[in-house]
Amino acid sequence: MVRNRRVIHPRARRPFSVTRPPRSTALTLLMCLFLLYALVPLVWLFVNATKTQADLFSSFGLAFGDSFALWDNIARTFTYDDGIYLRWLGNTMLYVVVGAGGATLLATLAGYGLAKFRFPGRAGYFAVVLGAVAVPGTALAVPTFLLFSQMGLTNTPWSIIIPSLISPFGLYLIWVYTIDSVPTELLEAARLDGASEMRTFFTISVRLLLPGIVTVALFTIVATWNNYFLPLIMLSDPKWFPLTVGLNQWSAQAAGVAAEPIFNLVITGSLVAIVPIIAIFLFLQRYWQSGLSAGSVKQ
Amino acid sequence: MSRTIRPAARRTVAALATSLLAAGLLSACGGATSGADAGSSDPQASLADLDAALEEGGELTYWTWTPSGEAQAEAFMAEYPNVTVDVVNAGTATDEYTKLQNAIAAGSGAPDVAQIEYYALQQFAISDSLVDLNGFGLDSLEDQFTASTWAQSTVEGGLYGLPQDSGPLILMYNKDLFDEHGIDVPTTWDEYIAAARELHDADPSVYITNDAGDPGFAQPLIWQAGGHPYTVDGTTVSLDLQDEGTRRWADMWNQLLEPGLLADIPTWSDDWWKALGNDSLATIVTGAWMPGILEGSVPEGAGKWRVAPIPSYDGDPVTAENGGSSQAVVKQSENPALAAAFVRWLNSSEDSVNVFLESGGFPSTTAQLNDPDFLGAAPDYFGGQKINEVLVQASENVSTDWQYLPYQVYANSVFPDTVGQSYTERGDLNDGLLAWQDKLVSYGNAQGFTVNK
Repeated sequence: MVRNRRVIHPRARRPFSVTRPPRSTALTLLMCLFLLYALVPLVWLFVNATKTQADLFSSFGLAFGDSFALWDNIARTFTYDDGIYLRWLGNTMLYVVVGAGGATLLATLAGYGLAKFRFPGRAGYFAVVLGAVAVPGTALAVPTFLLFSQMGLTNTPWSIIIPSLISPFGLYLIWVYTIDSVPTELLEAARLDGASEMRTFFTISVRLLLPGIVTVALFTIVATWNNYFLPLIMLSDPKWFPLTVGLNQWSAQAAGVAAEPIFNLVITGSLVAIVPIIAIFLFLQRYWQSGLSAGSVKQ
Repeated sequence: MSRTIRPAARRTVAALATSLLAAGLLSACGGATSGADAGSSDPQASLADLDAALEEGGELTYWTWTPSGEAQAEAFMAEYPNVTVDVVNAGTATDEYTKLQNAIAAGSGAPDVAQIEYYALQQFAISDSLVDLNGFGLDSLEDQFTASTWAQSTVEGGLYGLPQDSGPLILMYNKDLFDEHGIDVPTTWDEYIAAARELHDADPSVYITNDAGDPGFAQPLIWQAGGHPYTVDGTTVSLDLQDEGTRRWADMWNQLLEPGLLADIPTWSDDWWKALGNDSLATIVTGAWMPGILEGSVPEGAGKWRVAPIPSYDGDPVTAENGGSSQAVVKQSENPALAAAFVRWLNSSEDSVNVFLESGGFPSTTAQLNDPDFLGAAPDYFGGQKINEVLVQASENVSTDWQYLPYQVYANSVFPDTVGQSYTERGDLNDGLLAWQDKLVSYGNAQGFTVNK
């Protein structure tokens, strides 16, 4: 009986495959919930960036207010307090370009070197890098502050840029990626043809590593763009603040003896602050996808 | 004035700040008890030396979040062209104290002059981080300031800051709401509780006021009730959050908290700003600096709000200070004489105080407080009421025998975890106060103070 039941007509079975997975209502629902969870804050941010402060207080959070003040809010965000927001935006860009750019460069050079060259102390280096991946940046913030303070570097852009230059995770990623995507035979062929190591690296390896490099760049850009805690304790002068700390200062302005609430500017400023990072993601998405799957299939 | 509710990220910061701070207090207390060296580094100079320093000039860094800070510094530089003042907004209140404490602990990076609220001044003074301005002869300025702000700038005989502003507690009320329901504006706390009940019964969306648990609010009210929970003598602290005055406040406030007559809205939150404009809060008990803020930031309240003296317990018009700051000279300063000269100009010269007044601040200098133009001002926003008469009267009724803890910034940071529980559960505030006291005693002892021993 039992056996007979398990015999099903062949046509009743749907041909599932990787590209045509079975449909699941539960999973679809879960996915929709997740989508909502991710999108609602963004929608909220956009909707409320169109309101004046009075409208913010008097209207429902996810509905538009009586006025459409988005352009006015943006203009005021950029001009409030002598245009300090523009300065913060510039600072964030500086920290991202120099910090994240430098981190990507260093991680690429070091990861590649570790993957392709044999030298004494390599195993120890490996252990240190792996260990460093496990230490959260927050735990290092206070010691870093005291160290930089003794060197007289606090309250300078260097106090943000130098710690951002180190990305153990990026190094590790490039290392793994190099092993999989840069064949040693290719390097040997280049050497036989008389190319220097530097030339081999920049003309051959970098091209092969590009998806990995973009992945590391994305990670470090996002980390630097969102960096909050380190600049919070390192910097005291608003003229070096990145957007994260600056917006928090605007938000804190709503409290205390000299309170001056500018909630509409805090919200508009936050919206403007995420636009570049969304653009970078959309632009570099295809590289990122290929980078993520690196090494997952043995070729 | 401190904030009540902090987002999670802030908590981490606060925790870290406290950890650095802990080191600061410990080492300072060790230094203070081990010898007389700490005192000898205080300056021995005179007012003439300050004038000489101004003439000679130099550079100063000044940390402040006062909106008029920049304009005041510019006026100063116009008058003393040899001096350059770099005004830095390093954060509001506790944000700034964290940075200041970190810079002091690290030994570099602190400004020459910093704005410090009265409640936090003692903490920085006792850890030997500030210059005693008496050493520059600034004690001669005493009669220019109100008694209560001067008393709050003085720690154990030393003058550690010059008062910038004051915040005598007053009652602000929404006249439209009281008129609409035919209720008289309360003059005693008993009447206040009765009005709270009547208003809320008549319209459940209306509350007499909001309070979600705020140490910057509770302590001034304890002060007004005649409480003396903290007594500090050097490093010996005695703490009693169940003394007569403290209980008097807690028992009175319980009558509002337990029946749910207080709106559960944290002061300074977006909901609070909203409530001020949409007629759901009938009164706020606040400092004399609040009318200027209301006028500047709550346009919907125009014509509705009025100012009255704070309700009393028994007809005695005594009040307390809520908020207010002084400017202090930090010991790390390389030019303390110049810094002291700047502070003197900033808070006692007419040129500077007038700039501060124009920005809506409430001064601490008696000359400005008693100026006929100031007293006679009748802003339209307050229906033409001569509000400054009420505010100045309040500033004369502040009792001056209050003392904060030498680790008040920490104390305020754990208020939400302890007394805040009573607010959440709408339970007896005395239980929360006892829990708070336990925390404060053990923290104080761990920091090297002798608390309740």
